[in-house]
Amino acid sequence: MDLFLQQTLDGLATGAIYASLALAVVMIYQAIDHFNFAQGEMAMFSTFIAWQLIAWGMPFWLAFLLCLVLSFIGGMLIERIIFAPIHDAPVLSHIVVFIALTLIFNALAGFIWDFTIKEFPSPFPSQLPFETKLIGPHELGVVAITLVMLGMIYVFFKFTSVGLAMRAAAANPVSAALVGISVKKMLSLGWGLAATVGAVAGMLIAPKVYLEPNMMLGILLYGFAGAVVGGLTSPGGAVVGGFLMGVLENLAGTYVIGSELKLTFALVVIVTVLLFKPAGLFGRVVVQRV
Amino acid sequence: MASVDHQMSNPRANPADSYKLFGIQMPKVRMICLVAGLGVAIILPLLVTNFAVFQMTQVLVYAIAVLGLNLLTGYNGQFSLGHSAFYALGAYTAAILIDRYEVVFYWTIIPAGVVCFIGGFLFGLPALRLDGLYLALATFALAVATPQLLKYGHFEEFTGGVQGIDVFKPDSPIEALTADQYLYFFVLLCGVLLIIGAWNLVRGRTGRAMIAIRDNPIAAKTMGINTSLYKSMTFGVSGFYTGIAGALGAIVAEFVAPDSFTFFLSVWFLVGMVVGGLASIPAAIAGGVFILYMPNISEEVISIFFGNDPSAKALIWVTFGLFLIFTVYVVPNGLAGLVRLFIMKFARRPGE
Repeated sequence: MDLFLQQTLDGLATGAIYASLALAVVMIYQAIDHFNFAQGEMAMFSTFIAWQLIAWGMPFWLAFLLCLVLSFIGGMLIERIIFAPIHDAPVLSHIVVFIALTLIFNALAGFIWDFTIKEFPSPFPSQLPFETKLIGPHELGVVAITLVMLGMIYVFFKFTSVGLAMRAAAANPVSAALVGISVKKMLSLGWGLAATVGAVAGMLIAPKVYLEPNMMLGILLYGFAGAVVGGLTSPGGAVVGGFLMGVLENLAGTYVIGSELKLTFALVVIVTVLLFKPAGLFGRVVVQRV
Repeated sequence: MASVDHQMSNPRANPADSYKLFGIQMPKVRMICLVAGLGVAIILPLLVTNFAVFQMTQVLVYAIAVLGLNLLTGYNGQFSLGHSAFYALGAYTAAILIDRYEVVFYWTIIPAGVVCFIGGFLFGLPALRLDGLYLALATFALAVATPQLLKYGHFEEFTGGVQGIDVFKPDSPIEALTADQYLYFFVLLCGVLLIIGAWNLVRGRTGRAMIAIRDNPIAAKTMGINTSLYKSMTFGVSGFYTGIAGALGAIVAEFVAPDSFTFFLSVWFLVGMVVGGLASIPAAIAGGVFILYMPNISEEVISIFFGNDPSAKALIWVTFGLFLIFTVYVVPNGLAGLVRLFIMKFARRPGE
């Protein structure tokens, strides 16, 4: 029973990372109807920036915040410079550009910081103030930070006028533009936010998996799986899906398949959900009018 | 009526065939290009070093894989980021047959293709329910999971686990040819047969159905095309081509190992297809040339600026990425699109 609880709680901690990535993916999906295959590499690149800032002697939390700001600006720039011109291009063009971005970020990180594995510090104390074997301090911190961030995003979208405008622009760009919302600005803002959320995920997972350019590929796959399970049309669902994937990954790894086939497990989950419940657990069923 | 009858009697007559490029009729232009291309492909390997022959063989292997992907994406409009998985499946089938069952290398090509046809067909079945983007996601997952599956302990008896399998290069039975040249001509023969096959496939009834599904699936269905069958069939055929490429690739590289078949291999095929041009068969060869020589060329250029710094090698892939974005922005139809533009600019109707 202890093992079960331990694995579940540990799964919630990795699940928090998947949830953040899933949320980032869904935010961009809502805005432009495409999957950001470069989300993982963007997060990895942000994490490298934070690592560099810390290596230059900046305290962790300052580096953390500065990295978030830089990621936000970076995300907006990517939208403005790269995706705005091909907004109406066919699906394949988008996929190709996302793949190109993946390549560029991956290789650029390798070029600047080389491909050796780096340690990324955990900002949390190494001991918890209370006695428990069930969850480590880093894991607890990850869950806490993620929940705070999700809460802030929820408040932002639910109770601020900018959040409302962003939702409107995503739901119905034409009508939103007619009531005076600048859909273009909302798109960039969405990209900036998604990049920031991704950066948080990257910085929180890096102490666990070590920092190197290829660290995010598997994690992104789980992020996608979370988004698909929760429903691509539902940001809240994606978050739940992300947590669920974290727990499932750990439980399946402990009791069923072992650690060798974790990525295959994500593949099976993605294909199964897309086949039998393409809208996910919480998504709307999208009906196409001919 | 007479003119209509005339057209009916020759249903294949293409008005574009009456055009002339620099005073030569279009069918003749095509014939000249074909003969010249084949001539170069046959004579060049007899003149260059063994390493250059080896590279040319690789080009052909990549070209076959890109052709497979192009049949799926270019002609049928289905996306795949998972073709590295089919390539790996073909490569491992060939390697296992050669290594464990001592099959002669040329008898492994067809089985590899058939295994991948079945694999592609089966993966294509669920893909029927997935629209473009979702299919890209599912195949992305497939590509990311492939190396892990190949390393999986319970398959190790066959796959050799992390170590992979060594495949020995066949000796040339013809004395005048070196082993590399012999292998090159073998791959060339396979490539030519596959290209002829693809050519016939896309020109006929099946090809028209594939293209109709790409352009308007609902209209295609209304016209009585069995979209499910054609879509999963195309997936199978695409897998067949890529699997054969994988088998040939394993024999050429003399080695298969899980980490040669990562997600990034799928990316190369995608790059080759996009740079070469969608829905064009010669473009696959251009794509093969591009993905083999472009890294070498950019490596040369980079070494001029950075010397032999190993991490500067990463810049090759940055160049790749920039090239991709450039292609999407400026020449969305790839090299084939450029050639078409060129022909449209210079071709003249008779009497013009």
